[in-house]
Amino acid sequence: MRSSALLVLLFALAATPLAADARSDAKKQVEFGIAVAQKGLWREAIYRWERATVIDPTYAPAHNNLAIAYEHEGELSKARAAYEKALQLEPNNSYIKQNYELFKEINDRTTRKDAQ
Amino acid sequence: MTARLARTLSSLAAVAMTVACTNYYEIPIETPIRPKLDVSAFQRVLVAGFISGGTEDVDGNVETTRLLRSQLRSKSDLRVIDADVLPLMEVVSDQRAADGAGDSSAAAASAAPAPIKDEKDLEPYERLFANVEYWKRIGEEYQQPLIVTGTVMFTPHQRNNFVQREQEVYDSFGRRRVVPVRTYVERKGFILRPKFIFIDGRTGTVMHSENFREEVLYNANQTTPALSSYFELMDRLIPSFLSTLSSQKIKGTRILLQ
Repeated sequence: MRSSALLVLLFALAATPLAADARSDAKKQVEFGIAVAQKGLWREAIYRWERATVIDPTYAPAHNNLAIAYEHEGELSKARAAYEKALQLEPNNSYIKQNYELFKEINDRTTRKDAQ
Repeated sequence: MTARLARTLSSLAAVAMTVACTNYYEIPIETPIRPKLDVSAFQRVLVAGFISGGTEDVDGNVETTRLLRSQLRSKSDLRVIDADVLPLMEVVSDQRAADGAGDSSAAAASAAPAPIKDEKDLEPYERLFANVEYWKRIGEEYQQPLIVTGTVMFTPHQRNNFVQREQEVYDSFGRRRVVPVRTYVERKGFILRPKFIFIDGRTGTVMHSENFREEVLYNANQTTPALSSYFELMDRLIPSFLSTLSSQKIKGTRILLQ
């Protein structure tokens, strides 16, 4: 009993630095993505943010930024999925919510239901 | 001691998280919107004219045709054909007269078109848009362009209701209080209901149609000319109209997070 508890504790301790490493690696990709997006290199930014979401799928800023880049490229269905993932991870993040609301306004315009 | 340390650590963690979350960058973006309609087969567009009704202060046919032509000229790749605006109401009346020639109602049918006051009055005219032969003929006349036509209803509108407002009041001691007050408000304005119909000038068939509705209300004591209200309302729906025919870029800003 005591040995199994010890095993769980050891596993948890070993996993913590791994998760921290993943977050730190993802953050580096996100930072680089921001720098290139600010220079207008959106395809490179998408590559970086996609990598960040693979390295750490729970990192909401990576999904948020990816959604913005997809929006800029006109890939609206991908943008929606990325925003929804970001909001799922951080439902109370006001920046993500604001971005998503603005996106929906544009997206709704392209999918008006009253057209025949 | 341990509890205090735990509290301090958790508050430090909360502050650290807040600081981490406030790393953001505002960035301008341009979202490209693909056109709803594939108009690659056309080099030219003819805004033919509209069946219009509602207030007599604005000629919905002439104004809408002029406005759409000028917008398409500056914001689409299609060449806009300059032609006289088609008097579509008269066309319908003439067609009815031709159909009813020899009937006892022929005289009535050939009379000048009755003014259109509401949506119901529009119904008899809507058949014109399904008249493939008529639009094919128009298409041949202008070398088979994309044809834009439809209906425009621009009607005066009034809404009276109670609204709740906050009012400052001072009691006998001079203390300020804000109390909700219900007041009766009369507002006047207009409703604009255009229906844009896109016709293939080669075949005369309808490719796409789209309905819009916009309204504006002003205080009853405010006098806004009908034509100003018309342009105010058209301004709101022009981007949607243009995005049917040509790709548009919508500018905005978003927040990048770190």
